Amino acid sequence: MTAMIECEGVSKAFGGVIANNEITLEVPEGRITGLIGPNGSGKTTLFNSIVGYHPIDAGSIKFQGREISDLRVQQIARLGLLRTFQQTRIYSKMNCVENMLISVPHRTQTYRAMFSKYPPDVTERAEDLLEFVGLYEKRFLISGNLSFGQQKLLEFAMALMNEPKVLLLDEPTAGINPTLINGLIDRLKRATSELGITLFVIEHNMPVIMGLADNIYCLANGRLLAHGPPEKIQNDQRVINAYLGAHYYLDSD
Amino acid sequence: MNTRLRRTLPYAGLLIAGIAAPFLFPDYTFQFTVLWVMILFALTWDILGGQMGYNSLGNIAFFGVGMYICAVVQIGLYYDVAQYTASYGAVKVEFTADQYFTGLAVGLIAAGLGAMVFSIILGWVVFGLRGPYFAIGTLGVALSAGELTGAWDYVGGGGGIALPIYPGEPDDRSLFFYVLSFTLTIILFFLLRWIYLGRFGLAANAIRDDEEKAEGMGIHTMRYKTVGWAIAAFFLGISGALFGNMIGFIEPLEVAFPTVTFGLFMVVMCLLGGRGTLWGPVIGATLFHTFKEVTWIYLLGWQWVALGALIVVSVVFFQQGIVGWVKEKWPEKFGIAVDDRALAETDPDLDEAPSQRLRRQTEAAQ
Repeated sequence: MTAMIECEGVSKAFGGVIANNEITLEVPEGRITGLIGPNGSGKTTLFNSIVGYHPIDAGSIKFQGREISDLRVQQIARLGLLRTFQQTRIYSKMNCVENMLISVPHRTQTYRAMFSKYPPDVTERAEDLLEFVGLYEKRFLISGNLSFGQQKLLEFAMALMNEPKVLLLDEPTAGINPTLINGLIDRLKRATSELGITLFVIEHNMPVIMGLADNIYCLANGRLLAHGPPEKIQNDQRVINAYLGAHYYLDSD
Repeated sequence: MNTRLRRTLPYAGLLIAGIAAPFLFPDYTFQFTVLWVMILFALTWDILGGQMGYNSLGNIAFFGVGMYICAVVQIGLYYDVAQYTASYGAVKVEFTADQYFTGLAVGLIAAGLGAMVFSIILGWVVFGLRGPYFAIGTLGVALSAGELTGAWDYVGGGGGIALPIYPGEPDDRSLFFYVLSFTLTIILFFLLRWIYLGRFGLAANAIRDDEEKAEGMGIHTMRYKTVGWAIAAFFLGISGALFGNMIGFIEPLEVAFPTVTFGLFMVVMCLLGGRGTLWGPVIGATLFHTFKEVTWIYLLGWQWVALGALIVVSVVFFQQGIVGWVKEKWPEKFGIAVDDRALAETDPDLDEAPSQRLRRQTEAAQ
């Protein structure tokens, strides 16, 4: 089991606010790794640091053993490390199929390819993936007119279309109804088992992340609080204190 | 077959109208030539402004750069440019027909390529700007290009340059420039149609909708922007060279870098017709130019007021433009609809995926 992402002492501050303080973690290949923590604990900042949205203050980030902390967003994306956004981001004035088609990998794009048309098998793959997330019938609708949950599914499908090696998902189930959540969990698991995509997931929905992840990291106040398999995290007193509120236990004692 | 015919019809109509116009209305050949240049303006502006959401107010700079490059090449091939411009026509210069056409041909190509190189260098500087900053930055480039040219004696400064005279009859001359502008615009139109249908079109729209997301997905955004602008500059450069020769005399502020007239018209024509569509700029330019010419004839004295009113009305009340409005009104005509064909089958096999069912149906139909 090799590590896809290795963070070593990553720190990031915005002015006086230390969002990430010497975080060291590892995302193993072919697994689903979870990242939890209270609001403002630095989860999204860590994601942004990994995919290159801002430079980090200290530490190192390696992707497949290669240092990526000095690369730009596009270069990292082309290496096969992709993220989805907490506030869903799709190309809102294009239809679903177009959203999918432009999400093909851009790893080896030549100038000639810029003007080429999409071969039928790419369109077919786009349609298959739309079906995978249950948007096939709506594929010609303008994506900005879809419901929030459907946009979230579309964004997930777009990420799969890009054939990433590692996918960072920022709260994939937020704003999605319970029935759809089960379907989404199933699809996330299948993305790992069938397509071999390593997942790194931020999630607030505890039953979801406990059922999904093989391994969970918990952040609090920009520091790494705990790390381990779901059962261990669930019973970790520090996590319970940080997440459920320590005063609750203190009061009842 | 029927749908195919219906789809080809507008394109055929455009071609036929373009070929027939100078024969049906020979007195208006000059006006039609200007109309094709206007359509070219709108089409080139739309590549960045409509498809990519980069509102440039300085595209007219490529027009002027092309115009001057062509003039310098045309003269420089046979005479000393500095001497020619310094004499202000005092020295009698003659261009033979051979010299004229060779100079023009080389000049047109040089104008296109020169404007293109200029756009690539400029893009490298200004593509870091977004939104209104990009608009103002490019506007500054166009304005200063005009002023700088006006201060440059080698190309005649503010006094301008008189271009070589067309060796032939005036009627032949106007037809000659009509054919060139028409051909240039039609080539651009079909080139854009082709690239908008492929990956370029989608990437451009992706940059328009969410450039940060596009970067996050690994799209070569800078490359698409640069190439899009280079295409616009290439055609604008050639059109500037043609326009200069058609007028016969060029100077920096009114002819080569008319930022507040042509430079703004190209934006307004796109908005009027519908930005981000292939036909919008064509329709917008045709309507705008017709409206402008009609008011110039029948509302003389009030023509700028009328034109201003048209601009205000279209920007305030009609932002999506004509084609955009039609698309909003009848989305299903443009294929924007839920695809329920797969569910329409009687007694459907529910285990079969909709896409599979649809593909099976299509195969069975063939």
